Amino acid sequence: MKYLEAIGKYFIMVWEVFKKPTKWRIMKTLILKEVDELVFGAMGIIIFISFFIGGVVTIQTALNLTNPLLPKSLIGFAARQSVILEFAPTFTSIIMAGKVGSYITSSIGTMRVTEQIDALEVMGINSLNYLVFPKIVAIMLYPFAVTISMFVGILGGWVAAVFGGFAPSGDFIQGLQMDFNSYHVTYALIKSVVFAFVIATVPSYHGYYMTGGALEVGKASTTSFVWTSVVIIIVNYILTQLLLG
Amino acid sequence: MIEVENIHKSFGDNHVLKGISTTFEKGKTNLIIGQSGSGKTVFLKCLLGLFEPDDGSICYNGQVYSELSVKEKRNLRQEMGMVFQGSALFDSMTVEGNVMFPLDMFSKQSQSEKQDRVDFVLKRVNLVDAHKRFPAEISGGMQKRVAIARAIVMNPKYLFCDEPNSGLDPKTAILIDNLIHEITQEYDITTIINTHDMNSVMEIGEKIIFLKNGLKEWEGTNKEIFKTDNQAVTDFVYSSELFKKVRQMYIEERN
Repeated sequence: MKYLEAIGKYFIMVWEVFKKPTKWRIMKTLILKEVDELVFGAMGIIIFISFFIGGVVTIQTALNLTNPLLPKSLIGFAARQSVILEFAPTFTSIIMAGKVGSYITSSIGTMRVTEQIDALEVMGINSLNYLVFPKIVAIMLYPFAVTISMFVGILGGWVAAVFGGFAPSGDFIQGLQMDFNSYHVTYALIKSVVFAFVIATVPSYHGYYMTGGALEVGKASTTSFVWTSVVIIIVNYILTQLLLG
Repeated sequence: MIEVENIHKSFGDNHVLKGISTTFEKGKTNLIIGQSGSGKTVFLKCLLGLFEPDDGSICYNGQVYSELSVKEKRNLRQEMGMVFQGSALFDSMTVEGNVMFPLDMFSKQSQSEKQDRVDFVLKRVNLVDAHKRFPAEISGGMQKRVAIARAIVMNPKYLFCDEPNSGLDPKTAILIDNLIHEITQEYDITTIINTHDMNSVMEIGEKIIFLKNGLKEWEGTNKEIFKTDNQAVTDFVYSSELFKKVRQMYIEERN
């Protein structure tokens, strides 16, 4: 019952976010600030993780392809499929839920604790629109980050394969081009848009409706990360069934 | 003027406000006092429209709040200024940005007109060198002044203050009290202050409402509070030995 109430409250919050918009001149500044904070600010960690995940996937695939009859190009093929279909969109989103999600919860939660949200409401401002809408719009650039993650992940795989001596460069690249289905990229980008919405709104919900003091802000950040990850995993399953099943 | 008629507010089984009726007059500094848990903050939040009363009505210059449309409520909110207990300044903005914020959101003035208004109100609260500083870089007393400046920048008709001098030293607390009182008279605002501070009660309480267990136990002025026989009020106001002696001296002097 408690969870049903929370789900209902979440959807009401999302509805409220799009009501009574803030002046465009002010909103524009807020969106640009959030793009810098939520997307560009996370690029470093996304690139770092993607590179090494690509490398690890390649090494593990190579170590499991022990049959000499199997071509080395399969290493590149497996790395490409893993990175594009799952690692870039989903794994990166879980990382973002930790980095960006906890930032969103703690920043909104601190505003709640210090009555800054009440101050916005007293002034007659739709605080949900003012605080959450710019985050949703900004994080819609997240598919751009996922695309970079795909590229860097595959690059990491190539570096691991070639410099680790698991496959020659030509074979790896041949594997990358083998049976390429561009719909898989579309599928990954559709997923990343939905995940982006989840990453912006679920942590906002936990921050906005939190009660208590500084300790509760920390607890809310942790809870928000857990629930954002859970929602991403469930939505990932549903979207995979719908788009690929 | 704000007229409150029999308002009730409950949170689950907790009946916080149990039927409060009173009037807050224009140009006067009205104080709400009472022990912690007596319902002061809930009452103030009902007056601000942050909580909706379960029963009863609140009238702002003859307009019943619950009967207003969403747009009318929004317009009314823009006539309210609020000074929060912790100042509630926006951390990411400078002092100037905080005071400019309501103007940016609602005013159609040009940038130079808005800047002039910000300079004027900051000067009015005696803050002239802090424009470019962030809230974390200024003292608690200065933060309160910025909060007052932000609250009055839109020329509000109603000013609400939630314990405006909590956490301040006695001298700064008196300065803040006097500033709010002066501004109230200067701009003919209906000011309502929620406070625990007995200095405020004695100094600026033109009308005082004492709440106890969600009910209005007593109301009067700072002069009348010396003479009241209401045991609950005297126990609360004269809880310290010093205040008890002051009251005794006052009564003896009058006799």
